[in-house]
Amino acid sequence: MERNFEEVFQDKIDKEIKIEPKDWMPEKYRQTLIRQISQHAHSEIVGMLPEGNWITRAPNLRRKAILLAKVQDEAGHGLYLYSAAETLGISRDEMYNQLHSGKAKYSSIFNYPTLTWADMGAIGWLVDGAAIMNQVPLCRSSFGPYARAMVRVCKEESFHQRQGFEILLTLSNGTEAQHRMAQDALNRWWWPSVMMFGPKDDESPNTIQSMRWKIKRFTNDELRQKFIDICTEQVKILGLTIPDKDLKWNEVTGHYDFGTIDWDEFWQVVQGNGPCNKERLETRKKAWEEGAWVREAATAYAEKRKNRAATKAA
Amino acid sequence: MDQYEINKTASAEWPLWEIFIRSKQGLDHKHVGSLHAADEQMAIENARDVYTRRMEGVSIWVVESKFIHASNPGDAAALYDPANDKAYRHPTFYNLPDELKHM
Ligand SMILES: [Fe+2]
Ligand SMILES: [Fe+2]
Ligand SMILES: [Fe+2]
Repeated sequence: MERNFEEVFQDKIDKEIKIEPKDWMPEKYRQTLIRQISQHAHSEIVGMLPEGNWITRAPNLRRKAILLAKVQDEAGHGLYLYSAAETLGISRDEMYNQLHSGKAKYSSIFNYPTLTWADMGAIGWLVDGAAIMNQVPLCRSSFGPYARAMVRVCKEESFHQRQGFEILLTLSNGTEAQHRMAQDALNRWWWPSVMMFGPKDDESPNTIQSMRWKIKRFTNDELRQKFIDICTEQVKILGLTIPDKDLKWNEVTGHYDFGTIDWDEFWQVVQGNGPCNKERLETRKKAWEEGAWVREAATAYAEKRKNRAATKAA
Repeated sequence: MDQYEINKTASAEWPLWEIFIRSKQGLDHKHVGSLHAADEQMAIENARDVYTRRMEGVSIWVVESKFIHASNPGDAAALYDPANDKAYRHPTFYNLPDELKHM
């Protein structure tokens, strides 16, 4: 019987029919999706911190309004995604719990510090750029609620990347000091961005099953190569240099070859030893704990209003 | 003690609301997603921030999720297949002369 359910399920996926929350699904599919979607949600939420760091210090009102809108969008993305994950039967509190206890991961890129204003440019161009490359194929995820959330997210991401590129372009064409600041940001954010696509394909054992289930549409290395090819062209417009001396066009493959990725660094940050892991988690926990009285007060107020309405009706 | 703490947190979670947005005057409200809020007023305010940051809507409905009742996907065949063999409910079913106008 189980076998039969599983065949029907895979058959739907092969025919590009979406799976909805109440449909039968293998337990492993459910668990994998809960992990994928909640990690994505956590990344959006923690991802607000590095940029939030510069909102009060944006160089002018236009930039401040833009950065504020972008960070607000990321909060929205986190909320769309948490509610998509909840349709799979995990509670919001349980997801927060997993984040705060360190059990759940989020994208390692947010464990790097934002040292200068130019970092807002580099994050928009590279980090949101890499996120878009990952997310566009997810609009076709086999799981309906995730796919629908991703459509909304992708529509909103586009301005994030463009505003970042504009910041870098302005700095690069500015004074010599501003140009140096832009190059420095690129130097620091390039490799962590390249690592955002995750481990190499041969070290990513779940890829095959995820692709069969269509919750992943391209492999990590495919997306990484596409990202590098595109950025290598775009950087010319910025008049900046990508910090990789091995980056060069390969006639045979039709792609850019690139240098060796420091996977040691990648795993160090994943395991919690990046420059800001501790700080990011502490900040989230503090926000949650210090918000407790607000949550309790709102619940008490709602309860009081309900009771008052009931008394009036009686 | 631990059990008590867990129960306390579980029940402290704000209820879940389903959000429906009318994108333009004259169109239906359409389901866009869900969110947590303490009451209906907060649900509407949160829906405004979460789902209409780019003028996606002119009206919001919120319904507490526990009040939504859904058909069972397992019943799909019983519910919808009978409509399959009733092609005569569609205008294209009828073969009429080409000379016939205004119909
Ligand atoms: Fe986002
Ligand atoms: Fe994202
Ligand atoms: Fe973004």
